Amino acid sequence: MGPETLEALQQEAIAEVLEVYPAKAAKNRAKHLGVDSPEGVKGACDKTRSNKQTVPGVMSQRGCAYAGSKGVVWGPIKDMIHISHGPIGCGQYSRGGRRNYYIGTTGIDTFVTMNFTTDFSEKDIVFGGDKKLKQALTEIDELFPLNNGISIQSECPIGLIGDDIQAVAKVHKKESEKPTIAVSCEGFRGVSQSLGHHLANDAIRDEVMTDTSARDEFESTDYDVAIIGDYNIGGDAWATRILLEEIGLRVIAQWSGDATYKEMAIAPKAKLNLLHCYRSMNYISRHMEQEFNIPWMEYNFFGPSKTTESLRKIAEFFGKEVQDKAEAVIAKYTAMTDAVIAKYKPVLEGKKVMLYVGGLRPRHVIGAYEDLGMEIIGTGYEFAHGDDYKRTKEDIERSTLIYDDVNEYELEKFVQKLKPDLVAAGVKEKYVFQKMGLPFRQMHSWDYSGPYHGYDAFAVFAKDMDLAMNSPVWNHTKAPWEKEEVGA
Amino acid sequence: MAELRQIAFYGKGGIGKSTTSQNTLAAMCHYYGQKILIVGCDPKADSTRLILHEKAQSTIMQLASEAGTVEDLELEDVCKPGADEFHPDNEEITEGYIMCTESGGPEPGVGCAGRGVITAINFLEEEGAYDDELDFVSYDVLGDVVCGGFAMPIREGKAQEIYIVMSGEMMAMYAANNISKGILKYANTGGVRLAGLVCNARMTDKEYDLAKHLAKQIGTQMIHFVPRSNHVQRAELRRMTVVEFSPNSEQAMEYKELARKIIANDLKVIPEPLEMDDLENLLMEFGLDEEVEEDAIGKKAEEA
Repeated sequence: MGPETLEALQQEAIAEVLEVYPAKAAKNRAKHLGVDSPEGVKGACDKTRSNKQTVPGVMSQRGCAYAGSKGVVWGPIKDMIHISHGPIGCGQYSRGGRRNYYIGTTGIDTFVTMNFTTDFSEKDIVFGGDKKLKQALTEIDELFPLNNGISIQSECPIGLIGDDIQAVAKVHKKESEKPTIAVSCEGFRGVSQSLGHHLANDAIRDEVMTDTSARDEFESTDYDVAIIGDYNIGGDAWATRILLEEIGLRVIAQWSGDATYKEMAIAPKAKLNLLHCYRSMNYISRHMEQEFNIPWMEYNFFGPSKTTESLRKIAEFFGKEVQDKAEAVIAKYTAMTDAVIAKYKPVLEGKKVMLYVGGLRPRHVIGAYEDLGMEIIGTGYEFAHGDDYKRTKEDIERSTLIYDDVNEYELEKFVQKLKPDLVAAGVKEKYVFQKMGLPFRQMHSWDYSGPYHGYDAFAVFAKDMDLAMNSPVWNHTKAPWEKEEVGA
Repeated sequence: MAELRQIAFYGKGGIGKSTTSQNTLAAMCHYYGQKILIVGCDPKADSTRLILHEKAQSTIMQLASEAGTVEDLELEDVCKPGADEFHPDNEEITEGYIMCTESGGPEPGVGCAGRGVITAINFLEEEGAYDDELDFVSYDVLGDVVCGGFAMPIREGKAQEIYIVMSGEMMAMYAANNISKGILKYANTGGVRLAGLVCNARMTDKEYDLAKHLAKQIGTQMIHFVPRSNHVQRAELRRMTVVEFSPNSEQAMEYKELARKIIANDLKVIPEPLEMDDLENLLMEFGLDEEVEEDAIGKKAEEA
């Protein structure tokens, strides 16, 4: 006989996972694991320890500060060139993997999927790379004259050998008369990619927010908003933009998916900043609030319930006219999403899901699953802070296992114990679970699908989940270790 | 043929380390016919100039930078024979010879000098610079063991005997003690040993006693007390060692004696570095006659 309730099962799973650790590691990891439910008092969402160093030796799925700055925040700004300063690997292996869609002619006026690097070798470490960096910046301007600025993204060795990238940026900015922004986002700094987001935000604060040239001629309307923290993965920001425009708002900037430098620079003209990924861009939102008196509002465009809720909240800020339009928009799309639910709910209802993602999705996508009758029984973040877990409380619907910086061993054990019907996480986890015979969806890249934001996208999401879960292929797979040996 | 001995000279910057090491190695070659390879591990690249009669030789890293990578270099590009009597082909005075190489590194304030040392030493080893004919490889390392790169010569399979050049001054002794800590760190894993202190005299009060006592405290010997002599500077202006410049001078005899002691040295120990307090006590005991009271610390001369 197993435990009688879901919560008891989840508690037992934690206890079992901790058993194998040495005492010190068990004590550490215990603080990152817990169970909470909507009616829970002081549960895991309030208490989970987070943003701490990973236990050495475990297979963490975390990234680094460089990944946070170059990969997440700066990389998608399409008309700037982002040069990875250091050896070749960081730039090349972070190239084009995030599916930040953009419009433009790559190599002419947009550069997101290209890799620019100073390609350090031994002699650059010994003699320093300042001169090489300067040369690279000059070459960039010669070869790609339509770039609207350059960001320099530091890799680890730069912090060790002390290249003065700020000075190089300053000189080049003067010469080229274009923004040249250096970010000291060396990978060894901090405990995860989270510090990289913060450093990138700080660089935007110091270098982009202070550039008023684009703002001078800007003609404002009362309905100007900026989308903050949407990286346009699989076209998400575009889907978001359509909806916001339909309710009568004018989107003046998308940060930073499909963004231009100018868009970044005019954001202080917005009447309201709409913050999707709180983790990676709350810093700059707070700065704009303090510096330019722009309020910011978090919203969630995953699944019809949350989208509707968010649209109403946003519309309320702008008053009756926008609210009326919003209601009309909601009514129009609800008929469509009801049809999607009617089609897919019967084949997805009651299916259990475990999530493990990055910045906002461990809580934001819960609503989309629940709209389809699917049940989230476990969720966790790679690099969240305490405020993320507090916010998670509002989104969970039932007893939920919470795991911070969960490692491969723990996640595997949790899945074996809780037996979800679907695991939704990243590419590093994907094949582990698929080989176990479990349906899996990538929730960083949308598994080459998307968009998932907004009403239209819900149809794509629902279809993807159905394909993942109900494909007949699962009837024909069995993990090799579960197969009975022939003749045994 | 005796087995190759790898030795290293460490010591505080400005102490006369390169001068002492070159004069000593020149003496080992001149009077005792030793075959030596000098590996300068200082971005200043001044560890071989007295042997080569040159300002500064082209360094491994400098040449690597010009060629593209260190893999593009040949051993003969970076390894230069000593001038005149130190040349392998010149057997008039001695059968010994000295080969010279410098790791080189960045100008002050940029890059990573430590990595330059690592790269250069790896290159020399891979290219077989340490050939069977040699009696000694000598590393001349800058200043303090400030990072992993400058500890490279004392890691496993590199220098086994360390000579610390020091003088009877607080900071030089402090550096000597610090270097001992570095040696201690690698002594158990790599087999490096402290082989002695060389006191390059500044002629301060009680310097001899002080150096001797420090050596004893950290468990080693003061292998030689080299007196100060203007003869050394005179030779240096000609980019020569005093051994070559004036082989029968008293100062040359001092280096001859040091050379003899190093060749014969079999006292190699794992050092026992002192705590800072003990070091200060030592200086008070031997340094100056008066003792400084606790309440005088931090007070100016006119206040005391």
